[in-house]
Amino acid sequence: MADSLVYVYAVTDATQELPAVTGVDDTSVRQVVSGGLAAVVSSVDPTRFSEEALRRSLEDLQWLESTARAHHGVVAAVAQSGPVAPVRLATVYLDDDNVRALLDDNGPAFAAALDRIRGRTEWGVKIFAAPTPGGAESPAVDDTRPGTSYLLRRRAERDRAARGLQDAVAAAEAAHGDLAAVAVASRRYAPQDPRLSGHREEMVLNAAYLVDEAGAAALHRLIEDRDEPTLRLELTGPWAPYSFATLEEQ
Amino acid sequence: MTAAVPDRDVALVDLLDRLLAGGVVITGDITISLADVELVHISLRALISSVQTLVDS
Repeated sequence: MADSLVYVYAVTDATQELPAVTGVDDTSVRQVVSGGLAAVVSSVDPTRFSEEALRRSLEDLQWLESTARAHHGVVAAVAQSGPVAPVRLATVYLDDDNVRALLDDNGPAFAAALDRIRGRTEWGVKIFAAPTPGGAESPAVDDTRPGTSYLLRRRAERDRAARGLQDAVAAAEAAHGDLAAVAVASRRYAPQDPRLSGHREEMVLNAAYLVDEAGAAALHRLIEDRDEPTLRLELTGPWAPYSFATLEEQ
Repeated sequence: MTAAVPDRDVALVDLLDRLLAGGVVITGDITISLADVELVHISLRALISSVQTLVDS
């Protein structure tokens, strides 16, 4: 087995400065340059980044978190000084030659991806359905038939919750339309499980928007000005353009 | 370009959306397939309580 493997974080212009930042597994970060492109990489321990080791490690939440944060730390640091195309987590090459081959084989596609995100940032917007106030329209309680009244009451509550969620979904769709209109591109992710999002409300939109400077200002205004009692909006970012630096759209 | 968010302010779950479902997909010499990523999500769900702590902290 080789002495080390090459972990890839991102692809940038070859001229881009490399910031002082620590990579995954406490490694140092360096560049592999070919033509006009540079891959931002670390040499990593082959016993910890082999396919088998990665498969095992990805199931370990602590490893996943520290690796994801280190990966993100490198991408975010590099993004400070220019456009960056982040690579998906846990992409590993056998040696620098293979990384150079990656840059050579996909040169035009990477260049196009970097041009698409140049001067632009990604913002995340999560929209939650605000809890619906209840109780107002409960059916009258019939004391002689407690079982029936209980079921009726439950059904009314369930219907109200479903209507509330439906309204929230519709309002979130409208909000997404407005946000996408000021963005260069948008992408939707699956709503996060309430147990993972840390919020009890139902997430009705989990989206990312790629914006230029004017678009970012417009997006912030839309979020601040939106006065929708059925929704709660949460903005994250700026992100490196994880959701938009794709090669597939060529 | 705007400064990026300090790392610790980023919720792990938002980060994983991007790192596992976004980013440039290239075939490395070693690449973990999407099927494995699904497993990660299931395993994350099984570890809800610890994620909850991470999300809250």
